[in-house]
Amino acid sequence: MASEQTHSGNPRVDIEYRKKKSAEEMRYQIVSFSMMIFLTLVAFIAVGYGDFSAWFIVPFILLLAVVQVVFQLYYFMHMSHKGHEAPALFLYSGLLVGLITILAFMTIIWW
Amino acid sequence: MSTYAQKKGFGATVWDYLTTVDHKKIAILYLIAGGLFFVLGGLEAMFIRIQLAVPNNDFVSAGLYNEILTMHGTTMIFLAAMPLLFGFMNAIMPLQIGARDVAFPFVNALGFWLFFFGGIFLNLSWFLGGAPDAGWTSYASLSMASEGHGIDFYALGLQISGAGTLMGGINFLVTIINMRAPGMTYMRMPLFTWSTFVASALILFAFPPLTVGLFLLIFDRMFGSNFFDVANGGNTVIWEHLFWIFGHPEVYILVLPAFGIFSEIFATFSRKRLFGYSSMVFATVLIGFLGFMVWAHHMFTTGLGPIANAIFAVATMAIAVPTGIKIFNWLFTMWGGSIKFTTPMLYAVAFIPSFVGGGVTGVMLASAAADYQYHDSYFVVAHFHYVIVGGVVFGLLAATHFYWPKMFGTMLNETLGKITFWLFLIGFHLTFFIQHFLGLMGMPRRIFTFLPNQGLDAGNLISTIGAFFMAIATLILLINIVITSVKNQKVGNDPWEDGRTLEWAIPSPPPFYNFKQLPLVRGLDPLWIEKMEGKKGMTPAEPLGDIHMPNNSFNPFMISLGLFVAAFGALYREDYNWGVLVLIVGMGITLLSMFVRSVKDDHGFHIHKEDLLNDDDKGGKA
Repeated sequence: MASEQTHSGNPRVDIEYRKKKSAEEMRYQIVSFSMMIFLTLVAFIAVGYGDFSAWFIVPFILLLAVVQVVFQLYYFMHMSHKGHEAPALFLYSGLLVGLITILAFMTIIWW
Repeated sequence: MSTYAQKKGFGATVWDYLTTVDHKKIAILYLIAGGLFFVLGGLEAMFIRIQLAVPNNDFVSAGLYNEILTMHGTTMIFLAAMPLLFGFMNAIMPLQIGARDVAFPFVNALGFWLFFFGGIFLNLSWFLGGAPDAGWTSYASLSMASEGHGIDFYALGLQISGAGTLMGGINFLVTIINMRAPGMTYMRMPLFTWSTFVASALILFAFPPLTVGLFLLIFDRMFGSNFFDVANGGNTVIWEHLFWIFGHPEVYILVLPAFGIFSEIFATFSRKRLFGYSSMVFATVLIGFLGFMVWAHHMFTTGLGPIANAIFAVATMAIAVPTGIKIFNWLFTMWGGSIKFTTPMLYAVAFIPSFVGGGVTGVMLASAAADYQYHDSYFVVAHFHYVIVGGVVFGLLAATHFYWPKMFGTMLNETLGKITFWLFLIGFHLTFFIQHFLGLMGMPRRIFTFLPNQGLDAGNLISTIGAFFMAIATLILLINIVITSVKNQKVGNDPWEDGRTLEWAIPSPPPFYNFKQLPLVRGLDPLWIEKMEGKKGMTPAEPLGDIHMPNNSFNPFMISLGLFVAAFGALYREDYNWGVLVLIVGMGITLLSMFVRSVKDDHGFHIHKEDLLNDDDKGGKA
């Protein structure tokens, strides 16, 4: 049966467990996808509404962006799964180096 | 008789090397190209010292002197030290972790050819209207004002070779993460592999800022943008930051692999386990981490303000702590060991006081207030030559002797090696120790001549004499290499007799598939563990089976050649009509080659079990 193909040579693969896992995974994906659409709408509304000051909108949208990145990495790119420790380490190290650079540029070049 | 070990003609050998994707052959290419540029950079150093031997000298003109000193620095860092280290990383690291090749053999070849063409492009500037003349740092305020095409050669050449370096770094990272033999956990990896890992991570994060800086420079000089043009609202300090955000990690990219090489040598020739292995790993990672937080100590006098200067001064001094941990670990490795003073060990022992000398002046320079006195003087020149020559070049020379048998299957002559060592050591200290005092007496860096009777005459003469010692030492090393290659006396698996790590468990040079069967690693220094239990070699971790190997490819050469051609187009775009055409043709060659690579399926080939059974190990068994 097509739905029982496992892409694994291991005969002892528990198909029931796999199915449950996939269903769970799918639910997370849909939830985070609708969350992401919702956050995008919130961002548009925050700018379009017109009554908020720029001092609120800019940090608020940046915060939403961070949440979106987390969704993207952990739910769509499966970084929460096992075996992604090395990519995670390098992503965060790169982020650190990049942020230090931005911090330095903001404080000692364009202060 | 194996079908893989047939004698080949000269043309076939050249073609083999042009198309190779084997990490051991790419290592030899890196060694040859890096060695060539090392000699070139050394010649430039000799011209500098000859010019400064006596006051009011006119051996070279002021303008030419600027070009020579710029090319000396650029060549030595980008085209000699890094490629030579890459050569040893390529040759040894996959063997140390029990891998059959690097993760991406094709990309490995591409990385080499990009470096090679970038280096050739940069050096062609000598014949095409003058070399770059704004120092290896090429500060924008200077380089924007430089006439002719020198700086354009610098920016385009480094862009191409930098891309190759970045690819190499990523390749090593993936290799170490994914291709370790069964049982080779992170905390069982030899120190040279660990330092390759950290240096590669530094390359991954440090080269993009350089790429950005070079692109801004290329746009400003060749395409009319204004990133560094103050009159149009640009800011030249941005270049300094971008350059040093790259430039400071770069010195750790150079010195960490040298530390790794010395760690292997100390353990091997003290015939003891490396003292404090886990603290060594910790210190290596910490140095890599801190290396990104200190770049502005190159810019104390730029006017960053006291707070920024203080932060960067403290961060810089903090690096002395993990470095100190390493120094003590090496000393304790030797302590109580049964030491054999071979040529590599001599370099390793001499490295400790020489490098500590450079470290001490480093902490002096890190004190921001005092740095205002040292800045741009010969004190700085003395400092960085102590760390780079005393650390990196000693490491490279030690590795040349130590790993030569593994790479070529022959032993370099020990007597000649020791003569090289002593001449080089004496020459090195003679050249650079006195420069501390020349700097403190007020001799500025990067001047092409000086006046007599200002207290600088004797110091400069001594320094020049020292440089000749180093030149003679290098010549003797080259003679040693020629003699050894002509004699061609093959050695066994473990020619130093005290090998501890996996590379010494396989023939010298290794067969092209490295390991017939992947070895089972049972701890740190896996071969030593087996030896202590009375075994001759490693226990295999898998049954003998077919080995999947990649096919050779001429594509990396073509992709790099295309960028080389395109660089000429970008350079001459405004001078000649054909510039744009050449740019398009060059990019076309590159893109077409990449297209061919993408659509043409290349599944490699298998070495069959039967062939492996018949294929006798080359060289004798230890």
